Amino acid sequence: MNKLEPLIFELSSPGRTAFSLPALDVPAQDPASLLPGAELRAVAPELPEVSEVDVVRHYVRLSRLNHGLDIDFYPLGSCTMKYNPKINEEIAALPGLAHVHPYVGQAGAQGWLRLLYEMQGFLCEIGGMDKFTLEPAAGAHGEFTGMAIIRAYLKSIGQGHRNKVIIPDSAHGTNPATAVMNGYTTVEVKSDARGGVDLEALKAELDDTVAAIMLTNPNTLGLADENVHVIAKMIHEAGGLLYYDGANANGTLGWMRPGDMGFDVMHFNLHKTFSTPHGGGGPGSGPVGVKKRLIPFLPVPTVEFDGDKYYLDYDRPESIGKVLSFFGNVGVAAKAYTYILEMGAAGLKQVTEDAVLNANYLMAELKKYYLLPYDRYCKHEFVLSGNWQKQRSGVRTLDISKRTLDFGMHPPTNYFPLIVDEAMMIEPTETESRETLDRYIEVLKEIDREATENPDKVKGAPYDTPVGRLDETIANRKPNLRWTKE
Amino acid sequence: MRYLPNTDRDRKAMLEAIGAKSVAELFADIPEQTRLKRELDLPAPMAEQQLRAYVGGLAAQNWNVNDYTCFLGAGAYDHYIPAAVSQIMSRNEFYTAYTPYQPEVSQGTLQSIYEYQTMIAELTGMDVANASMYDGASATAEAILLAMATNRRHHVVISHGVQPNVLNVCKTYTGGQGVTFSEAPIKACGTTDVAKTAELITNETACVIVQYPNFFGVVEPLDELAAAAHSKGALFVVNANPIALGLLKAPGQCGADVVCGEGQPLGLPLSFGGPYLGYFACLEKFQRRMAGRLSGVTVDNRGQRAFVLTLQTREQHIRREKATSNICSNQALCALAAGAYMALMGKQGIREVANQCLQKAHYAQQQIAKLPGFEPAFGGAFFNEFVFKTPVEPAKLQAELAKHKILGPIDLGRFYPEFSGLAMFAVTEKRTKAEIDSLVAALEVVSK
Repeated sequence: MNKLEPLIFELSSPGRTAFSLPALDVPAQDPASLLPGAELRAVAPELPEVSEVDVVRHYVRLSRLNHGLDIDFYPLGSCTMKYNPKINEEIAALPGLAHVHPYVGQAGAQGWLRLLYEMQGFLCEIGGMDKFTLEPAAGAHGEFTGMAIIRAYLKSIGQGHRNKVIIPDSAHGTNPATAVMNGYTTVEVKSDARGGVDLEALKAELDDTVAAIMLTNPNTLGLADENVHVIAKMIHEAGGLLYYDGANANGTLGWMRPGDMGFDVMHFNLHKTFSTPHGGGGPGSGPVGVKKRLIPFLPVPTVEFDGDKYYLDYDRPESIGKVLSFFGNVGVAAKAYTYILEMGAAGLKQVTEDAVLNANYLMAELKKYYLLPYDRYCKHEFVLSGNWQKQRSGVRTLDISKRTLDFGMHPPTNYFPLIVDEAMMIEPTETESRETLDRYIEVLKEIDREATENPDKVKGAPYDTPVGRLDETIANRKPNLRWTKE
Repeated sequence: MRYLPNTDRDRKAMLEAIGAKSVAELFADIPEQTRLKRELDLPAPMAEQQLRAYVGGLAAQNWNVNDYTCFLGAGAYDHYIPAAVSQIMSRNEFYTAYTPYQPEVSQGTLQSIYEYQTMIAELTGMDVANASMYDGASATAEAILLAMATNRRHHVVISHGVQPNVLNVCKTYTGGQGVTFSEAPIKACGTTDVAKTAELITNETACVIVQYPNFFGVVEPLDELAAAAHSKGALFVVNANPIALGLLKAPGQCGADVVCGEGQPLGLPLSFGGPYLGYFACLEKFQRRMAGRLSGVTVDNRGQRAFVLTLQTREQHIRREKATSNICSNQALCALAAGAYMALMGKQGIREVANQCLQKAHYAQQQIAKLPGFEPAFGGAFFNEFVFKTPVEPAKLQAELAKHKILGPIDLGRFYPEFSGLAMFAVTEKRTKAEIDSLVAALEVVSK
């Protein structure tokens, strides 16, 4: 087991340094005289005083306390922890991509602009939309952008009074938070017995205040909504628009497209569906695609091609404005672009087929040991419940997950979606082999057995991790969010 | 296919275990009318060496700062990135991990975030900082949301010296919430006009936002602006260049309630504008209204110090429509890089890099000022960016200098019509005296 590491501040020794700067080669002047009227810093910030060796060892040791996808299985539902191809990292680091200033100008950015323009086109084709922007930096940022576009559009057609956004009870938390950030009020509609949107409940909410519905399809149960075309018709007839949350797009490639399902606005998570790394929580990228009538409202600038040169178009009077300083997390987009070029059309369809096959295989084997609340073919993920174990011996989903850590694997997403008690949301992805899936099945079988024979062992897990279970109450009651020098 | 381990034999065996006749059977629930009945129209797949050649060819068309000498700034800066930063960022255990929701196997990420939060708090002179936001502009917009949630007001006074992109993003972010903006003018010296700012602040003003140094490179009088904001109960928000804080008085010592900004100068590549890093720091009394993730200290059941995501009831995955923000993914790996950069620069290095930026920028400015027809646009004290009225259109200067393999200056007219004819240069520690002298020589030639 890897040992815990002191804080970098605790490694500090006055006078020790890790920086390397050339000697100043211009005539040195007194900083105070160069900054008349400005106050200089009297107290230096307490940054560490360490050598480069200290810094490198510190971070390498910290890294060894982490579980990463490159170590073993990481079946977090709705997060699509698929393998991150190494060529993508090398390409995004090419000096011609990584070391280009955003204001280099059109002539100096033709390669970048072409890449972004082509990427927009790929995403339009994959999503069935008419135009994409790459500016949003993450999925939730894409949601914000998309809902701002809907708001601007509705206002432009004299429907600015529409203030209600419909969100299914199975939705990600970002959906209601996004709607509220855009000034909307939200209403929740329940799911039906087959896990889809309850059409009667939806109908009851339809009136002339509906601005939009935000839907994830396949939804967070991993199920394709069998009525998605009916929902689209109902919302459109009520004068609302449809927003597609692309978090689960790994279950769709080459099989169904949000544009064909009737969605007006959508986002993709490049860090999920298109293989870019999650980075411990980011950077992601959340490009937004729209149907033709919404194109004027896309953020500025858009990337355009006049048949000869690629250029940035800022002259878009109806645009919602900017959502990020520059043009998006384009370094992330370059990785996803490389991935799409490598996979091609047949490859992407195979990605979804294998993702769905892997999920159904796990589901078929695991439902022998764990409650499966919605028993029908799933798409890229499925949701089990730990209720049998809870009732049998008081072992909860949290315990099962913590015990999974002792077997060197990452647990699934827990307690989400909210509509399943003791939920375990499992998404294997297409990049896992049958052998890995079988190993995971064995682990969950073993934990189920332990839950009956020795429940306290499961409740006390994990044992084989750098730290044991944490006291989150202390952390919240009296937050300590920074180190302070004694 | 190299990322898809299933063989046809595996697929057959798995279908048998499932009890399905074909893979297509697994997709039977997709309504017929929404099903794609053709293959996607995408380029033919490429092998790794073809990818390298093809995308490498696109990359070769761009003007990068290794081949060109960069004097461009305006929110993104060409600082030197120590080799150790990219080595640390490239650790698979960091970049292939998810958000640290399972702290028992995420102590590396959680501790590095806690250290980053500390370094940002130290640099800005604030009590606490979060784990990161998308970029400097969105972080500033989140500062407005924090201010509005704190004092329930809907008016924002923002200096004309704030980067135009930041203003634009702030307006987009708050567009659905009925916020009005007043822009505080700048004086001839380039600083925000304190008296006129004070006139714009009312009892309805949620916050006052300034940039430090401002968009034109000029150092703002933070104390006076803070006093003006606080006198009417508004929060004082400072968008600061973190490198400049190695030398300049920390905003936290000047009355700032929130300090945020663009973290790209802290060891992140220019990458044509992203991914960058929004950093966000505030006073302790606002920490429960702060958006984004926070790593805090706790103990485990073995009695060890450990780190965990804290105050999660602010966040969307718990609080849904009542969350402080919808932010979920942030820029974690960029924050890791910035943490490594700040650790490497250390207490002395951060001051030294700031000083070299200051010295070299002033040398360049003094040399350019000797050229005929070049007049400094503002007289105020500047850090590492400065503006000249030029004898030749800035856009033309930029085009001509490119022929000398020099990038810059930025044409301020692209942002505001009233600033057309003004050219802005940025100088970092990376520029050598020889490169600056070449710039000056080239300017003399192309402005004749």
